[in-house]
Amino acid sequence: MKIILHIWRQKSSQDKGRMVRYEHRDVNEHMSFLEMLDVLNEQLITKGEDPIAFDHDCREGICGMCGFMINGKAHGGFPRTTVCQLHMRRFKDGDELYLEPWRAKAFPVVKDLVVNRGAFDRLIAAGGFISASTGSAPDGNAILVSKENSDRSMDAAACIGCGACVAMCPNASASLFMGAKIAHLGLLPQGQPERKRRVLAMSAQANRELFGSCTNIGECEAVCPKEIKLEVIAFMNRDFLGANLTK
Amino acid sequence: MELKSNVPTGPIEQAWDRHKFELKLVNPANKRKFNILVVGSGLAGASAAASLGELGYNVQCFCFQDSPRRAHSIAAQGGINAAKNYHNDGDSVYRLFYDTVKGGDFRAREGNVYRLAQLSVNIIDQCVAQGVPFAREYGGLLDNRSFGGAQVSRTFYARGQTGQQLLLGAYQALERQIGLGAVKMYPRTEMLDLVVVDGQARGIVTRSLIDGKLEAHIGDAVILATGGYGNVFYLSTNAKGSNATAIWRAYKRGAVFANPCFTQIHPTCIPVSGDYQSKLTLMSESLRNDGRIWVPKTPGDKRPPSQIPDSERDYYLERRYPSFGNLVPRDIASRAAKTECDSGHGVGETSLGVYLDFTDCIKRLGKGKISERYGNLFEMYERITGENPYEVPMRIYPAIHYTMGGLWVDYDLMSTIPGLFVLGEANFSDHGANRLGASALMQGLADGYFIISHTIGNYLATAKLAKVTADAPAAKDAIANVVSITRKLLGTNGTRSVDSFHRELGKIVWDYCGMARNEAGLKKALSVIPTLREEFWKTVRVLGSNEEFNQSLEKAGRVADFLELGELMCLDALERKESCGGHFREEFQTPEGEALRDDEHYSYVAAWEYRGPSASPALSKEPLAFDYVHPTQRSYK
Repeated sequence: MKIILHIWRQKSSQDKGRMVRYEHRDVNEHMSFLEMLDVLNEQLITKGEDPIAFDHDCREGICGMCGFMINGKAHGGFPRTTVCQLHMRRFKDGDELYLEPWRAKAFPVVKDLVVNRGAFDRLIAAGGFISASTGSAPDGNAILVSKENSDRSMDAAACIGCGACVAMCPNASASLFMGAKIAHLGLLPQGQPERKRRVLAMSAQANRELFGSCTNIGECEAVCPKEIKLEVIAFMNRDFLGANLTK
Repeated sequence: MELKSNVPTGPIEQAWDRHKFELKLVNPANKRKFNILVVGSGLAGASAAASLGELGYNVQCFCFQDSPRRAHSIAAQGGINAAKNYHNDGDSVYRLFYDTVKGGDFRAREGNVYRLAQLSVNIIDQCVAQGVPFAREYGGLLDNRSFGGAQVSRTFYARGQTGQQLLLGAYQALERQIGLGAVKMYPRTEMLDLVVVDGQARGIVTRSLIDGKLEAHIGDAVILATGGYGNVFYLSTNAKGSNATAIWRAYKRGAVFANPCFTQIHPTCIPVSGDYQSKLTLMSESLRNDGRIWVPKTPGDKRPPSQIPDSERDYYLERRYPSFGNLVPRDIASRAAKTECDSGHGVGETSLGVYLDFTDCIKRLGKGKISERYGNLFEMYERITGENPYEVPMRIYPAIHYTMGGLWVDYDLMSTIPGLFVLGEANFSDHGANRLGASALMQGLADGYFIISHTIGNYLATAKLAKVTADAPAAKDAIANVVSITRKLLGTNGTRSVDSFHRELGKIVWDYCGMARNEAGLKKALSVIPTLREEFWKTVRVLGSNEEFNQSLEKAGRVADFLELGELMCLDALERKESCGGHFREEFQTPEGEALRDDEHYSYVAAWEYRGPSASPALSKEPLAFDYVHPTQRSYK
């Protein structure tokens, strides 16, 4: 099949960038979206043109490295699907697709479709952890966790840190990402001692990184490839309010 | 070269405790004076960097991904073994040790494996304390399952994402140390050479993947935790970026490479669909609990599976292995699938696939039960292939999944270069010729959390370390070496893309050094790989410059190393004239077609030493002794 691609090309963070049109005639319905780009890149290299830069690694939807906007939707907007798991059979011959990098002040473009998501790491470094230095742990079964809480905690912990939530949010808010970590740890007994400190430190860091505020639009939940629920944001807000009232 | 394993003598049960007591300590106030470089941020690297930071060392950690959380440990699905015996089903440290030595087909060091089994219990405790959401029972206790044919339930898991959750635990511990200033993190930074001063590992040369800046980082010790080399096969279940460059360039600076031919093939992966294929996706082994594997009896039968009556199907695993049937170990199931496809019975467009059929169990248990057990896997399969496995049998084929070989290390995880430590899949130490399911995560974390923190202290406390700076001649020489490789790659300006070479190499290694090997094939590979390598350096086309974000250049350097490593794998496979674990030499099999070990002549670790670009590498042998688990023939009939 044939696909028309309009791809954001930007040489570096200093470059201005622009959309470039490519006609891709060698698309097979069984290819993954990234394999489709691989083939395009091979053709560009043959022609002596700079291949399109995009981030990817595991190509099975778990590392969180890949991701860009397809026709204005993060990862293309298909349920439970990162861009590496998306296959061309989802598209039709002659489709026209617009590929852009994540759009957020906190995620500056590195090149083409590649952005810098270091802000996510700094959010975790600010407080997204349980302080448990190696060697200091009690027996695993000494800490009881109800199955319900363990399951809910796991639902939140499934976040892959891809950044689709931020890219899709009109405010470029990192609330779904932060809420997921705060709920993951806050639902476990091990996470209680640092619960207030955690939400305050992470929120303060989010402001420093220039992530926007949450206005409950829900675009983040709609595109999250791991189906993290909006309720993690409510969990975070409750913790934030409580921590501020008692500090 | 004499390889001293330094495994403590005396009763194996007390060896590690005694050894720890004998190791010299670094005074707490002096720890911050030592600079440790950690390359890689997967389970082994992140846990090591975090633990050393907690101890007070000055740590720098490097990864090529944009964040340490992306490392490929994240993709592990099944679980992590630990000898907790929470289920009262007869498990013990000794049993886990026994199973691992036997599963490795008696080609691992007993002392290392015993320590691994001992530490497995501490890993679970540590991970729970960090907030890893392991599966729980209703009473709040940890749940376990049996995995990979083990007779006890010792596998801890977090849904199908155990690797992800363990890595996030280690990553969060690492980020905590980064926030505290104990660890400095360098993401999107790739190690391209090792700096060796007075025979000691004293630093690394890195390239920033953002702007190409080359830098020499100097330290008192270097830790490589850079994973395995499965991507030498091009198509593997590894992440696209997984590479052998760090360990390979360390090899070329004098670290000895052990058992390179020991690679593991996983039997249940989704088959290749076309020549654009970029990687292979693993489907959990648990599918074999209910699915039945078959091929058409008539070679070349292209009818759709629903039109092939039962009498014309060959359920070859059930036929050949009546007692284990579809549940035979990984290496055996993989080889059997290859045999069927080689004799023309393969299915699907490429004829490289066999059916994994759930029709019978859906009839027996109902669709609901099967969906409860495997729903997410069925969905993943359908997303990739476009076929609904509830209605059409899955097609599966084996793929490269893990490499047991790696840089040689002693009991302290130190390579043959003093001050260079190697952890996790990057070393060779614990899995022998075949790794058991749910053991990779265990080894990565044992190395990073609990072993290196003790053994590196002993090295730092006892080694004589001269003052070295970034402008030392050895550092300048290493930078010059990297510059010359980069110039060559960019300056060749030929006609063929890097990927096309990688694909061709992958096919050679897969055909001749994959699931089954023989002398003629390996000799053929040894003659064509050098030719391909020559062609690479003459006709490769890498566009752009060094001073920019250049993914083709990154790949080119890695493929150049794979082109050398692939040859060493074949050499090692040719030299080992026996079959064991993942290494199956067709000339050495029992009359029933099973692997035939030769303990009299090959009960050793094959360790290869680099001797320059034109000389062949030198082989040294570390003999293996089995004082506790006595070698036997594996049988699954």
